[in-house]
Order: sequence, then structure tokens, then C-alpha cells
Amino acid sequence: MLRSILQRLIMLIPVLIGITLLGFLLLQVVPGDPVERAMGTRASAEEMAAMRHQWGLDQPIWQQYLLFLRDCVTGSFGTSLFHKLPVSTLVLERLPFTLGIVVYSTLLALVVALPFAILAALKRGGAIDLAIRQLFVFVIALPPFWLSFVLILWLSLSLGLFPTGGIGEGLLQNMHRLFLPSLVVGLSTAALIQQSLRATLIETMSADYVDTARAKGLSRVQVFTRHILRNSLISTISIVGVRIGWIIGSTVVVEKIFSVPGLGSLLIDAIVSRDFPVIRGLTVIFAMLVVVVNLLTDIAYSIADPRASLD
Amino acid sequence: MPLLSVRNLVTEFHGRQGVARAVDDVSFDIEPGEIFGIVGESGCGKSATCRSIIKLFGGARARIAGGSIEMDGVGNLVERPEAKMHEVRGSKISFIFQDPLTALNPTMRVGRQIAEVILRHGKVSRAEARERAVQMLRDVKVTSPERRMEAYPHELSGGLRQRVVIAMALALQPPLIIADEPTTALDVTVQDQILRLLLDRRAETDTAIIMVTHDLGVVAEVCDRVAVMYGGQIVETGTTDEVLHEAAHPYTRALLAALPSAAMRGRKLTPIEGMPPSLIAPPPGCRFAPRCAHAHDACRAARPPLAPRAGGAPGHRDACILDRVQ
Repeated sequence: MLRSILQRLIMLIPVLIGITLLGFLLLQVVPGDPVERAMGTRASAEEMAAMRHQWGLDQPIWQQYLLFLRDCVTGSFGTSLFHKLPVSTLVLERLPFTLGIVVYSTLLALVVALPFAILAALKRGGAIDLAIRQLFVFVIALPPFWLSFVLILWLSLSLGLFPTGGIGEGLLQNMHRLFLPSLVVGLSTAALIQQSLRATLIETMSADYVDTARAKGLSRVQVFTRHILRNSLISTISIVGVRIGWIIGSTVVVEKIFSVPGLGSLLIDAIVSRDFPVIRGLTVIFAMLVVVVNLLTDIAYSIADPRASLD
Repeated sequence: MPLLSVRNLVTEFHGRQGVARAVDDVSFDIEPGEIFGIVGESGCGKSATCRSIIKLFGGARARIAGGSIEMDGVGNLVERPEAKMHEVRGSKISFIFQDPLTALNPTMRVGRQIAEVILRHGKVSRAEARERAVQMLRDVKVTSPERRMEAYPHELSGGLRQRVVIAMALALQPPLIIADEPTTALDVTVQDQILRLLLDRRAETDTAIIMVTHDLGVVAEVCDRVAVMYGGQIVETGTTDEVLHEAAHPYTRALLAALPSAAMRGRKLTPIEGMPPSLIAPPPGCRFAPRCAHAHDACRAARPPLAPRAGGAPGHRDACILDRVQ
């Protein structure tokens, strides 16, 4: 087990190099000049050249890439042009909020999806099943930014149940404050999990070993929890694993809307100001998050399903 | 008094094309300690008959539409509510499924799967249940049972898995075991070991066994009595000797003629022409008539009842009109 995890980690190295290369090259083709952004259009050509030199933007591209690679290896991921701080420092300040939303929204998705999946599977083909399906199709169709505004208008402004944004102190306060952004991110994943888990449950219900379990005289609840639900949840692990990449991506917009000082807000501000080191540093860090989560998913899967192995 | 008495059992499966009567007016008795074989080709209703007894139909939409299944000391299983079926399953009747590859939960250690049935029905601690599970594995001749307890099903061979399934079925010493083609999915050498295991068990504890099979060789080897099913109905029943050596019904005779044997060496096997009847819209008379070489108009008009043959043993009955008129 440990050996295969180590192997997988080593196999990640070329993936990470590829990500740095892509993240770097993309910024070369993107229009917009950080120097122009910083100094405005009235600066003289000399002043701009001096700035460009100070930021290292006058060096050849391959040299800039190697410098970036060095910064990635040392862990600083470069220095922000505007904050004058290492990207890693900026990221560490904000990472807890983004990770918080990712974990929170995943948990919310499971909490919402599980009972509806079970109910729909038990009542398959009936009116309840159909109603649940329609409800979740509707949920998937809602754009997150629109849903955010509706929830803010309704739950925050009209009912005053939640703040319109921002963060608080401590876990409990943040669980309250981050509820709406996490819900917005988690709902479509909930719909996805509900649909796939319902299908897996129905399939598992007619498995031979479920008949064996019932033939043993186990109660309905025992058969369902020990044999049907447990085995069906294994497939949910891989769905969540694949979906977390999407969740990490969608925190970007939601953080901005709910004024959460996470990586997403940082990224959007960096894009607006063309803060190249921050943008590519975040690109690499987001990609690493996804890659690490995928590895964790595979590990979790191999623990949950004895037939699966990491090799 | 018989251990199990099935009377006029009708079981229907609801599918896209309509309602199929997989079991149509089937009656038989099982005596304590007897091995009763049910034979027939695929889709003849033998599995459906067995599944009706414990009322488990997998994912299929099936219901028992008529008849009764009386079990000695338990009552009529047909009328027993589902909520009370679990008292019967596992402890009074256990079931051995055809395919040991799929009959075990792939994500649960086999030891726990055996212990589960012991824990469910007896008032025992987890440790005692485990101890008895190890003993069960030893009883079904699994080598190093302690180690196998920790194995997952995919780590075991087909034969070992079927032994695990049998250990679960025997765990509570039920008076009746239903074995639905227990050896079909196994190698020939393993088949024999598994059958021997069931026979030994019967000798030790007087357990009755319903043995579903399409293999007449298995019937000849282990069964005391046998019923031949065709199109959801029993067409012939009697002791194994009577049915195999004095086969009366044309279908039974055709089955035997299609079977390779040492005595038949050098002679051509005779396949049964045609297809089994549709169970959704079966032919009105004898269901075998469309494929029967001896059929005439009377056969197609009305279904012949299961009755003793003229001049035969009283227990040897068949459902052929030709045996009535002579």
C-alpha cells in the first residue's frame, strides 16, 4: 500500500511539470501587460522599461520559465508584483477558506443527496421518485451565480438568516457564514450524486448477494445498510473524487460573490491586475489540489473496495 | 406428515411483454431428510418454484398468485407477511444460490458473512458467532479455516466460495435446504466434492434438500425422488429409479435420449426439436405437444392432469394423455 502510494506520487512529477509549463505559457499568450496596468497609460517609456526590468519581464521567456520553476520547487511560487509578498504567503492566508468551502460543500452535497437517493431508490418508478428527479434536474440547471443572488436576496436580506458574505471567527461562526456559498457550490454535486447513487442502489438491490443476505433472514434494514447501501456508496467515492476538481473551480466565482477572502478572490484580483506570478502560482496550486484529491480518492476507493488495488 | 407441502402453486412474473406464469399449478411434498430433485431445461420454472418457497425473487417483479406452501411447524408460507419471513429464512429454510461468484458480498470478509446468519438467529456473542463460523468452515472441509475467515470472496476459488455459501446455509441446521443448481458453475471435480458434502450432511442431520438441476447425472447420483418440470408445470414425478428407468412422459424420455451415457456409446444423441413454450401465452393443451412426436388433437385440446400410470407404482405420476387411454 505505502509503496504504491509512493509510486503514484513519483508518477505525479511529470504531471506537475506539465502543469507549470501550461500555466506559464498560457500567460504569455494572454493579452494585457502588468506594467501598463500598474503605471497607467501616462507613464513614460523609460519608466515602464525600468519597471519591466525590475519585475524580470525583460528576460527571455525560457529564463523566466526556469525562474518560475525554481520558485515552484522552493515553494514560494514567485513574488506577487503588487503585494510584494511570496505567492505562498498569500495562498496560505487564504487557503483555509477555500478548503473550507470545498470540504463543506462536499459534505452538504452528501447530506442532501443521500436521503433523496435512498428514498428515490426505495420508491423507484413512483411519483416520489419522479418528483425528486425533477427537483434535482431543476437544481442542476440553475447557474451558481444566479442561485447565489437569489439566496442572498431571500435568506440573507429578506429573512436575515445568513450574512450576505464575509467570514467570521472560529469554526462555528464560519460554518454559519460559509453555509450559503458552500450550498451554492454543493447543490449541483448533490444532484449528480443523487442520480448516480439512486441508479447504483437499484442495481445493487437485485444483486445475487442481496438475495443471499435476505435468505439468511436478515431484516430489511440490515440488508439495506450492510449489503446494499455500503456497496453502493463505493461508487459515490469516485464520483466525489472526480467532482472535487469542478468544486474547486467553482469556488472562484462564489468566493467573489460572497466576499470570501479565499484563493478564488485572490485569483480574480490577480487576473484583473495581471499579477502574473500570482496567476500562474495559483494555477499550479489549484492543479496540485485536484491531483492530490484524485490520489486521495483512489486510496479511499482501494480501502472501501477490497477488489480494487492501487497498482 | 411431510416437512413441506406445496399445493397448486402459481407464481407470476410481471415483465414488459406481459405476465408470465413461471410456475403454473405445481404440487409436491418433501419428506424430512429426503433429497428431492427438480429437473428441466432453462426457463421451465424450477428456480421460480424454489424462490417462491422463500419468497425471494431477486430484482424481478414476481408474486405468488395462488396455492399454498405448508411447512411443518411453521404454517402457510404464502400467507406469511414479509415482515415475518426472516424468522423462516436461514433458520428453517436456507438457500444455496447457483453462482458462488455473485452470491457472496464482494466487500465483506467471508467470516463475517457466515457469522451474520448465526448472530441473526441465535442469542450469541460476536466471539461465539465467530467461533461457530470457523467450525462451520471446518465442517465443510475448508483447509485452514481461521485464515479463510479473513478472506474476501474474490480471494477464494469457485469451489471454496461455494463451500462458504454452503457453510452459511448449514449454520443453523435448518430442516430444509434449497440448492438452486449448486454445482452448475463449478468444475466437474469440484462438483462431486460439493455434492458429497451435501449428502454427508443429510446423513448426519437428516436435513431435507431440494436439489434444482438440469443435470440428470446429478439426479441419478443424489436424489431420492425427482420431479421433471416443463413450461412451468410438473410433467412427471416419482422415485429417481422410476423416473430415470421407466420414464413415462415423452418429455422425460426426450431428455434422457439427449443425454450422453456409456451405454449409448456409438449411438447418435437425439436433440429435442423446437423451443420451450412461451409462459406469457402458453399453448392451451399439453405444453409439450408442439414438440412431441406422439402428439395428436386431444393433446392440444386440454391439459392432461398429473396422475399415476396405469399399472405403475402409485407414486410414479405423469401428465401425458397417452398414458391414460391405454
